[in-house]
Amino acid sequence: MEHVLKIDNISYSYHTITGETPAVKNISLKIEKGEFISIVGPSGCGKSTLLSLISGLIHPDSGTIEINGSNNIGYMFQKDNLFEWRTVYGNARLGLDIQHKATPKNLEYVNSLLTAYGLDNFKNSHPSQLSGGMRQRAALIRTLALEPDLLLLDEPFSALDYQTRLEVCDDIGTILKKEEKTAILVTHDLSEAISMGDRVVVLSRRPCTICDIIPINLSIENRTPLSSRNAPEFKDYFNIIWKELTDNA
Amino acid sequence: MPEINTNISKDRISKGQASFLRHQKFKRRIITFFRVALFIIFIAVWEIGVRLDVINDFIFSSPSRIVRTFIDMCMNGDIFIHSAVTLSETMLSFLLVLFVGIVFAILLWMSDIFSKIMEPYLVILNSLPKSALAPVLIVWLGNNPKTIIVTAVSIAVFGTIINLYTSFAEIDPEKIKLIRMLGGSRLDVLFRLILPSSLPIIISTAKVNIGLCLVGVIIGEFLAARRGLGFLIIYGSQTFKMNWVLMSITLLCIIAGLLYWGIGLLEKKLHANY
Repeated sequence: MEHVLKIDNISYSYHTITGETPAVKNISLKIEKGEFISIVGPSGCGKSTLLSLISGLIHPDSGTIEINGSNNIGYMFQKDNLFEWRTVYGNARLGLDIQHKATPKNLEYVNSLLTAYGLDNFKNSHPSQLSGGMRQRAALIRTLALEPDLLLLDEPFSALDYQTRLEVCDDIGTILKKEEKTAILVTHDLSEAISMGDRVVVLSRRPCTICDIIPINLSIENRTPLSSRNAPEFKDYFNIIWKELTDNA
Repeated sequence: MPEINTNISKDRISKGQASFLRHQKFKRRIITFFRVALFIIFIAVWEIGVRLDVINDFIFSSPSRIVRTFIDMCMNGDIFIHSAVTLSETMLSFLLVLFVGIVFAILLWMSDIFSKIMEPYLVILNSLPKSALAPVLIVWLGNNPKTIIVTAVSIAVFGTIINLYTSFAEIDPEKIKLIRMLGGSRLDVLFRLILPSSLPIIISTAKVNIGLCLVGVIIGEFLAARRGLGFLIIYGSQTFKMNWVLMSITLLCIIAGLLYWGIGLLEKKLHANY
């Protein structure tokens, strides 16, 4: 199988005047094309730092990160970060505008995404007119518009209320499967991690190292994030990961 | 005042809604009525006071004298020159303040080190009473409109720089990260994020500035002018032509109101998108 991402023994520390804080220590990970990886860990353990390192915004102190393909990475944040002065359509094409790729073909793709994910009637609305779930979908379309090979999801659902959260999680999980995207999800919600992930990476306290990587095999057909929660193995995985986390906390 | 929405289909309006709307309409009428009444009473008391010799019209002038002076000065065209001079000096310094303010705030935002270096100077210059500078400026720049413009700019520009820079610096770092993740450069961050999201602050700063520029221009004209409403006021008071003085002040009230109203219009137009 082709590897989209190869992380080899990376470490990273933050520097402030009062001292040095190691955030990531000796992490190695390989991710295959089309795979969905969930990363869980205690809060403040350096999960987001790991994503920033993969995204290339910051560089590891040691070790290497190799990305196969066009090095085109999409990033989804906890907040949707939609710009209020742009319409939904304007927000969705922001990346294309920035990269001067707003060709008729690419804009047609944005339009098809908006239609496919139920936002075509809100194209000319401003973000404040959308519900929380719709806003997060608009943010996803903004990311997908650039056709990334690898998607980094940094707790993208944690700002939503519980019901919306389950819906949007199901929505986005299904969209990403359908678009055959490789994705890494960082979350502190174990159920979310299991319901979306093909593998769950469990991290230790700061500086984070990998405690365990648990492949998720659920005995249900046409798995979606929501239906995964009904799988008989779900609670077993939950207990295993819960134990891993508490043992290392 | 906010527009009251009466577009809801009128035939199906509930009793409660109807009485609420009636109450709002009543409130608006009361406000308008007292606004106009206050103005009329003020003018009437002044005029009647003068006519009954309670108020000395040599010192206090009177509404009718102000109007007569205004008409006289309209006849020989002087007033248009004086108003136009003050107005154009105000507009010019206003545009300069906005331009210099935005450019300087961008430079501060671009470099953390530069902004740290400049911080104490900006704070001191902003708190310094700029009217203290005016006499110095006359000596340096001469008895001409340059002094007036520089005085006006110096009054408004430091506050503008500080306000705009603060707003630029408060932009959510995650939004900057977003632009970077979408492949944007620092210029993209500036033009696609910082400037558009700061537009409301730029407008509200402009609203304050237009008034400050007018203040600066009048201070400048007091000291270094042969034309303009500020000159008319200082000359009138020195020669005891109080009609001139009070007419100029009345005109300044009108100009200040119009300028503020103009920016308000601009704000409303932009507000639709924020």
